[in-house]
Amino acid sequence: MSHDDENRMSTKQKLVYMANQIATFFDSKPHDERVEGIAEHINKFWDPRMRRQFLEMLAAGGAGMKPTVIEAGAKIRPPKQDAA
Amino acid sequence: MGLVHEIDFGTPVSKSEKQVTLTVDGFTVTVPEGTSVMRASMEAGIEVPKLCATDMVDAFGSCRLCLVEIEGRAGTPASCTTPVTPGMVVHTQTSRLKDIRKGVMELYISDHPLDCLTCAANGDCELQDMAGAVGLRDVRYGYDGDNHVFAKRNGGENFNWMAKDESNPYFTYDPAKCIVCSRCVRACEEVQGTFALTIEGRGFGSRVSAGMQEAFIDSECVSCGACVQACPTATLQEKSVIQIGQPEHSVVTTCAYCGVGCSFKAEMRGEELVRMVPWKDGKANRGHSCVKGRFAYGYATHRERILNPMIREKITDPWREVSWEEAISHTVKEFRRIQYQYGRGAIGGITSSRCTNEETYLVQKIIRQGFRNNNVDTCARVCHSPTGYGLGQTYGTSAGTQDFDSVEHTDVALIIGANPAAAHPVFASRLKKRLRAGAKLIVIDPRRTEMVKSPHIEAAHHLALKPGTNVAVVTAMAHVIVTEGLFNEAFIRERCDWSEFQDYIEFVADPRHAPEEVEKISGVPAETIRGAARLYATGGNAAIYYGLGVTEHSQGSTTVIGIANLAMMTGNIGRRGVGVNPLRGQNNVQGSCDMGSFPHELPGYRHISGDAVRDIYDSLWGVKLDEEPGLRIPNMLDAAVDGTFKGIYIQGEDILQSDPDTSHVSAGLAAMECVVVQDLFLNETANYAHVFLPGSTFLEKDGTFTNAERRINRVRKVMTPKNGYADWEVTQMLAQEMGLNWNYQHPSEIMDEIAKTTPSFAFVSYDRLEKLGSVQWPCNEKAPEGTPIMHIGGFVRGKGKFIRTEYVATDEKTGPRFPLLLTTGRILSQYNVGAQTRRTENVAWHPEDLLEIHPHDAENRGLRDGDWVRLQSRAGQTTLRAQITDRVSPGVVYTTFHHPDTQANVITTDFSDWATNCPEYKVTAVQVAPSNGPTDWQKDYNDQARQSRRITGRMEAAE
Repeated sequence: MSHDDENRMSTKQKLVYMANQIATFFDSKPHDERVEGIAEHINKFWDPRMRRQFLEMLAAGGAGMKPTVIEAGAKIRPPKQDAA
Repeated sequence: MGLVHEIDFGTPVSKSEKQVTLTVDGFTVTVPEGTSVMRASMEAGIEVPKLCATDMVDAFGSCRLCLVEIEGRAGTPASCTTPVTPGMVVHTQTSRLKDIRKGVMELYISDHPLDCLTCAANGDCELQDMAGAVGLRDVRYGYDGDNHVFAKRNGGENFNWMAKDESNPYFTYDPAKCIVCSRCVRACEEVQGTFALTIEGRGFGSRVSAGMQEAFIDSECVSCGACVQACPTATLQEKSVIQIGQPEHSVVTTCAYCGVGCSFKAEMRGEELVRMVPWKDGKANRGHSCVKGRFAYGYATHRERILNPMIREKITDPWREVSWEEAISHTVKEFRRIQYQYGRGAIGGITSSRCTNEETYLVQKIIRQGFRNNNVDTCARVCHSPTGYGLGQTYGTSAGTQDFDSVEHTDVALIIGANPAAAHPVFASRLKKRLRAGAKLIVIDPRRTEMVKSPHIEAAHHLALKPGTNVAVVTAMAHVIVTEGLFNEAFIRERCDWSEFQDYIEFVADPRHAPEEVEKISGVPAETIRGAARLYATGGNAAIYYGLGVTEHSQGSTTVIGIANLAMMTGNIGRRGVGVNPLRGQNNVQGSCDMGSFPHELPGYRHISGDAVRDIYDSLWGVKLDEEPGLRIPNMLDAAVDGTFKGIYIQGEDILQSDPDTSHVSAGLAAMECVVVQDLFLNETANYAHVFLPGSTFLEKDGTFTNAERRINRVRKVMTPKNGYADWEVTQMLAQEMGLNWNYQHPSEIMDEIAKTTPSFAFVSYDRLEKLGSVQWPCNEKAPEGTPIMHIGGFVRGKGKFIRTEYVATDEKTGPRFPLLLTTGRILSQYNVGAQTRRTENVAWHPEDLLEIHPHDAENRGLRDGDWVRLQSRAGQTTLRAQITDRVSPGVVYTTFHHPDTQANVITTDFSDWATNCPEYKVTAVQVAPSNGPTDWQKDYNDQARQSRRITGRMEAAE
């Protein structure tokens, strides 16, 4: 099996990558809309366990996250305990 | 029941608004100006004898059977080529006409075999009918003269005779029975637009010929069936009719292949399907078909169909056939165990774009009501989810804006990342017809597709961009339109937010978006971009048609937004002939999205977080719905690998073959404890399944499909499900086992629930569909008969919204290790993962996936046409044969994904659209090198697949 594992992202890396991708789209917007847009998008489309992992990484310093993603973190809805 | 009879009016309908009144055989009849005398007569109920005329093609006037007498005119004009005039007095039956017609028929029959009793067209032959109609009783010339009928003549060879051509798997061409009416030739030209057929020779030597006297299978023929339909005799005849005989009843239903959603008559003898014939009144296809819908239905009765439920403990075990009761109770027990052990969110499901709306609705319902979470997704995730997002943001609805008829009013068609000739063939034929009538065409595609240049079609501009640069090119077109002042200010001021447009101008007018800059990244000459933009903005009614070449990118949603911007700024929205039209891949992908298959949305695209929307379902279903969005397919697989997602119910979807990065998909599936696959066949995903629930085909159930134009078409049951149950019944059994109070007796009751809870479907019911034939949503109080064209007078969301579209290069980049870009696509004869079409004779056209590579790149690598090559990306590698062609540009290679042996998705990566996680199938950096044959991966995969398909007590299932 030629599964090139060193080239594949882990789920957590993927979440950072996805958040940064979302941030990149909103880069062409004014600052407030940017932060609002990132947070709204993640709140609307990410399931609780994705947001939980994301917020954990953010709490641990948000390594690899773009500054606007880190800024948007405050507006990302923490999942309720029983959700997943 | 009987056959659904369709009247053949002889010549096409005239669309003139001016009416003309005339008299035919003493009856007064009023018809639109431009109507033929033949058609006017038929409108009055009088059938003029005819052979070369049929209303699917223009009048030709060659058979001389339809002659009439017109008072005040000399001679006996052909009624098919004579237009009506006011006050005209027509006689269709006089002694003079009778003599002429009888003489004509006598000549025809003198050169035609008299094997009527054993002829396949017996009972359905227009020549036979006409011999009867004119009262032919004798052929004075005898049958021994020069003829095309007999192989031998006067003891020697008859050089006029030609053997039957049986090369096409679905129909035969018997030249001995041909009357050279040329209906087939004209159908191929006018209806299909392929120009594969011709009349060669002249006079008595005239023959119908496929290509240059080739066998049908070797010619350009695409086997759409239009010629077979047009043929008045048994010259072109379905092999199924030859084998079975004439049908005795027929039922109108909807094709289960692509998103065009053609209407067909399923012509039956008892429960045996004799043939599928396109239905003239079908509003999507208007009587046309392609090789898939017309002929490729044999999978429904294929010997590999699984008809009994099966379970197994481990995926390495052989399958064990069990009763439905055992399979259902085992599944529910497993799901409940997993939820108890790992949490409510540890299971989920995937709805099918091949199943009906009703079935899809039930799958999302069982997940939301029974699983009590929102972990539901559908294969639209991997195809058109960016369409949903992009058009939702800009216009307010997640669907195409037009009906297919709209193309008849289009002056400029802009095709982006789509090859309708292969993937939406019946729409392609309708578009080509319009192009031949003078409309202009722009194609944006890395590949020179059949749409760019084919007989009598040539794109005015082909923007052969580098894969992954759609946003740059579309934005550059907007730049040209804005900076050259070609935008429609009045439209924008009225229908859009003017200040947002100002912001957009500020963004797009920047020199970094100029074609001259974009040329550097996209490889498209600046002048071509400028020319395309000018034509689109100023060429009259301009319509955009796009496909997965737009959506399946890291910036898929951004391109959709860019497309929406283009249509808004030029005012090309909200009337006939214009619009933004996503060409949907599968038959019911629109419907599966409409039915709430996405993890964040309830039916009708209403976000799950909305209290008012949830209340509707909470009170109807008696549960408290989860207000959190669920997992999307790629997220489910990630969660499975992480150990938080353990069970899945997959209806009619083969994610292992269709989803990107096969290794990751198989790792995800392998990590689950209960994978339930409901399908016709042991598909690739079933290799990792613990429960297999046999599915039913579209011929075996009632329901509805919604096509790319939002048209809800009826699917009608024509035979008993071979597996015992329609798919909706299987889901209902699962729900009942879970203790849910479901008691649907018929899919119409499911539709009633959909209508009751979804505003855009409020007026949809089976009664209404029966009455109207089909209906396009929104269908409600405001539009009781449906909505063919959306956004008339204003956008659904209120003001149209311009959004900035900054180009961002994908992270999937070429480099020294992987210097080429792979893009993927479709071929006409195959459909999606090929599970259906590979089990039909369609394999005659496409037995394997090929890698298209430019001669320059092939030369560099020492490759010859047909060589085995290794195709490698950072995700994996596979082998397949090379096809050297300049359809692709240097630096770009292309393949299809119809065959599991190739597994093109071993190569594709885990990059995806920023907004929707739609995978980036269309751009993968690869290397290509000579190879000796299949890779170890392919061999391992095949071994694993063979092992996993074993069924206890049965011979090994063959693929």
